[in-house]
Amino acid sequence: MAVTGVFMSSVADTHTQDHGHHGPAKGFSRWLLTTNHKDIGTMYLVFSFTMFLLGGTMAMVIRAELFQPGLQIVQPEFFNQMTTMHGLIMIFGAVMPAFVGLANWMLPLMIGAPDMALPRMNNWSFWLLPCAFLILLSTLFMQGGAPNFGWTAYAPLSTTYGPPSTTFFIFAIHIMGISSIMGAINVIATILNLRAPGMTLMKMPLFVWTWLITAFLLIAVMPVLAGVVTMMLMDINFGTSFFDASGGGDPVLFQHVFWFFGHPEVYIMILPAFGAISHIIPAFSRKPLFGYASMVYAVGAIALLSFVVWAHHMFTVGIPIVGQLFFMYATMLIAVPTGVKVFNWVATMFRGSLTFEAPMLFAVAFVILFTIGGFSGLMLAIAPADFQYHDTYFVVAHFHYVLVPGAIFGIFASAYFWLPKWTGHMYDETLAKTHFWLSFIGMNLAFFPMHFLGLAGMPRRIPDYALQFADFNMISSIGAFMFGATQLLFLFIVVKCVRGGEKAPAKPWDGAEGLEWTVPSPAPYHTFSTPPEVK
Amino acid sequence: MRVHAKRAGALASGLMLPAMSMADWTVNMSPGVTSTSNEIFSLHMTILWICVVIGLVVFGVMFWSIIAHRKSRGHKPANFHENTLVEILWTIIPLVILVVMAIPATATLVDMYDTSEADIDIKVTGYQWRWKYDYLDEEFGYFSNLATPLDQVQNRQDKGENYLLEVDNPLIVPVGKRVRLLLTANDVIHSWWVPALGIKKDAIPGFINEAWFQVDEPGVYRGQCTELCGKNHGFMPVVVEAVPGEEYNTWLAEQKAAARKERELTRQDWTMDQLMARGKKTYQTACAACHQPDGSGAPPAFPALKGSAIATGEKMAHIDIVLNGKSGTAMQAFGGQLSEVDLAAVITYERNAWGNNTGDIVTPKEILDYKNQK
Ligand code: HEC
Ligand SMILES: [Cu+2]
Repeated sequence: MAVTGVFMSSVADTHTQDHGHHGPAKGFSRWLLTTNHKDIGTMYLVFSFTMFLLGGTMAMVIRAELFQPGLQIVQPEFFNQMTTMHGLIMIFGAVMPAFVGLANWMLPLMIGAPDMALPRMNNWSFWLLPCAFLILLSTLFMQGGAPNFGWTAYAPLSTTYGPPSTTFFIFAIHIMGISSIMGAINVIATILNLRAPGMTLMKMPLFVWTWLITAFLLIAVMPVLAGVVTMMLMDINFGTSFFDASGGGDPVLFQHVFWFFGHPEVYIMILPAFGAISHIIPAFSRKPLFGYASMVYAVGAIALLSFVVWAHHMFTVGIPIVGQLFFMYATMLIAVPTGVKVFNWVATMFRGSLTFEAPMLFAVAFVILFTIGGFSGLMLAIAPADFQYHDTYFVVAHFHYVLVPGAIFGIFASAYFWLPKWTGHMYDETLAKTHFWLSFIGMNLAFFPMHFLGLAGMPRRIPDYALQFADFNMISSIGAFMFGATQLLFLFIVVKCVRGGEKAPAKPWDGAEGLEWTVPSPAPYHTFSTPPEVK
Repeated sequence: MRVHAKRAGALASGLMLPAMSMADWTVNMSPGVTSTSNEIFSLHMTILWICVVIGLVVFGVMFWSIIAHRKSRGHKPANFHENTLVEILWTIIPLVILVVMAIPATATLVDMYDTSEADIDIKVTGYQWRWKYDYLDEEFGYFSNLATPLDQVQNRQDKGENYLLEVDNPLIVPVGKRVRLLLTANDVIHSWWVPALGIKKDAIPGFINEAWFQVDEPGVYRGQCTELCGKNHGFMPVVVEAVPGEEYNTWLAEQKAAARKERELTRQDWTMDQLMARGKKTYQTACAACHQPDGSGAPPAFPALKGSAIATGEKMAHIDIVLNGKSGTAMQAFGGQLSEVDLAAVITYERNAWGNNTGDIVTPKEILDYKNQK
């Protein structure tokens, strides 16, 4: 079953009618009050990139401190605040909002809907985010500093021993959670109700499928996160002892609840990228996606399995052996559907007619590097071996391999793929390729040596290290600086593309398929006021 | 086994080289020196090779397409988009590989979890930011603190060969004996890790975890705390020294005698100078991490003791906070961590150092009385 030939008819004339009546309002109130999915998508993307630069700056502080052994730039307290804030900002501020931004822009265009199903809530769910992050960032200036217990916030370090700002951290998490849940409800409502006539579930583009599943994951686990931080709040401010052993509580309970949220969360950050990549690879291979149906089933299987593997983050806490075995087997199983996806992408490229514009470069790098991250994930799943890997730089290498070339390269690939649709201009291909190669080299230089560091015994989250780790840390820092600086180039490319450039046709990629390419570039403010027909 | 031991030896000697040339390019796990660590190492190598082979096949096909099936080479796209047989195969084959992998992993895990029948029981307690080792059958115990001088951390002095991986009192164990560890923590969660022993186990306040090991080669094995435990998480190393049985017994006798002597010290009379000298040492190891060597603290998290109301006021209030700590803050109860002598000395020190010239002496007997009256 393939998505080929899912087209349209009535689009071309709909937008012409739109021209006279309401376009965007002017000035700031356009952005504050907008309910237009394209405006909101843009705001999400801009917000996400701002957070990406901010979280990236914190990563630069971390890598600068780790450039050499000894303490040079920051003190351990501040270092811990940087690792914590870097994680929180990248996850909740950069990656998740970027995918919501892509969803806002693309879901209605891909399913032939005029807008998201719940446009006012859409506006609200965006504007909650800057509020949440202002609160979170303000903790940096509070007495006792920002949260310093890692993004995982393990109790009792984060409760009994946490800084006074922890309560603000909890509040910020609550607001982010509400925003995500509202976003997810909107995605589900849109996909289930607003598809163009003829677009059955199994004809939906994969990006739509992966977002649908992601949205269900979000609704399932964000309340769990809210629950666990509320328990923290009670322990800190209202004298309960959920996680305090001296009051009859259990610190490990925190970890169980947290990771019940946390593991699906990592799939929340990668599934939409799976979807986008499944459009980009066929487009530049000029060949339909291999195994559409198995792709859908694989994503579903991954999402379901993600609920029963949480304790693989906790192999060293001393869970009973039966539990240990269960979580090991379940985790290993995830490799099967993930493998299917990778094989499908490779089979799509096989015997295609390949070109390597920036979206394809990022997509190919995605497949290769994500697979490497998957391999280290499989290694981490082997519980006895995890006793050596756990909480070392091997884990840091692993999750950066799935998140940077996974989520972030996925986002870059999507951005380049759809920029012509958003702006009406082609981006500068030479600069974009430069962006790719510098990112690719920087990223591997930064994160590959971390595998070695972890295997040689370097724990994570330390501001200073023993001398045998010096060389690889220096290389890693150099790579990180390179990767970080390169992202300013991306900003430049996007600004340049927004301001001008070669005019983009409705369908700038000859191999691309889907309803979004049937509307003109830039996509008019209102699209699909009359639903297209999908055959 | 022998190869493993040799490699471990090579690694250990790598660690012995002088500071600058020490930086090495170790890229893989070391096999370690226990049966567990060896089993883990072979699991690690197996799964690594499986991944390498799968990677070669997948990336091989991919690069073939990247090179051969380019549009610029005039390659025309095929139009296939499914193949049931292939899809079933690449679901089943990975599944089989995983099952094959799970078998030895399960066996190793069962072995690791078997903590019965130990020759020696040692309780390991994580504190912010040091370890305490209690020899349960022998009635003594001691703290193990980072021994690297602050000057090395602050780059005012060249870094030594075991920078950040050295302690004042390592955990001493005899070779050839099965040692069982009972791990717990006093404040936050810590994790006790020595790669060469193949042990990483969380030390959780209020709970006890178990792990075991048996080392057959005498040697020094180094590791670190691996669970973020606050500010000095990076500065609480683990050092285990495995010594021959006789040496161990001599050491044991010495420790027991020292513990006895320590108890006698409590009854002895102490002068201000003696207490100040001892107190300064205790302060540096037990208190300076938070309150700073010069008593200035790091407000607001850690109050200054220099000129503090408690350190210059009522003696009893001072004794109370040091012995019982303050719940809900990082100030722990030191009553059970330090001997009466050390408690008396450190309190005397705090009441007279840095211009806190109260002139008060707190004697070990006063501490003992305070403890008994409760
Ligand atoms: C892990 C950090 C930490 C360590 C180590 C530590 N303290 Fe404290 N200490 C604190 C904190 C935090 C407080 C403030 C408690 C409060 O909120 O009242 C404190 C308070 C005190 C006070 C009361 C000061 C005042 O004026 O309120 C004294 C006295 C004191 N500590 C003595 C000691 C001694 C003696 C040691 C070593 C045996 C020690 N502390 C080790 C964290 C620490
Ligand atoms: Cu620790």
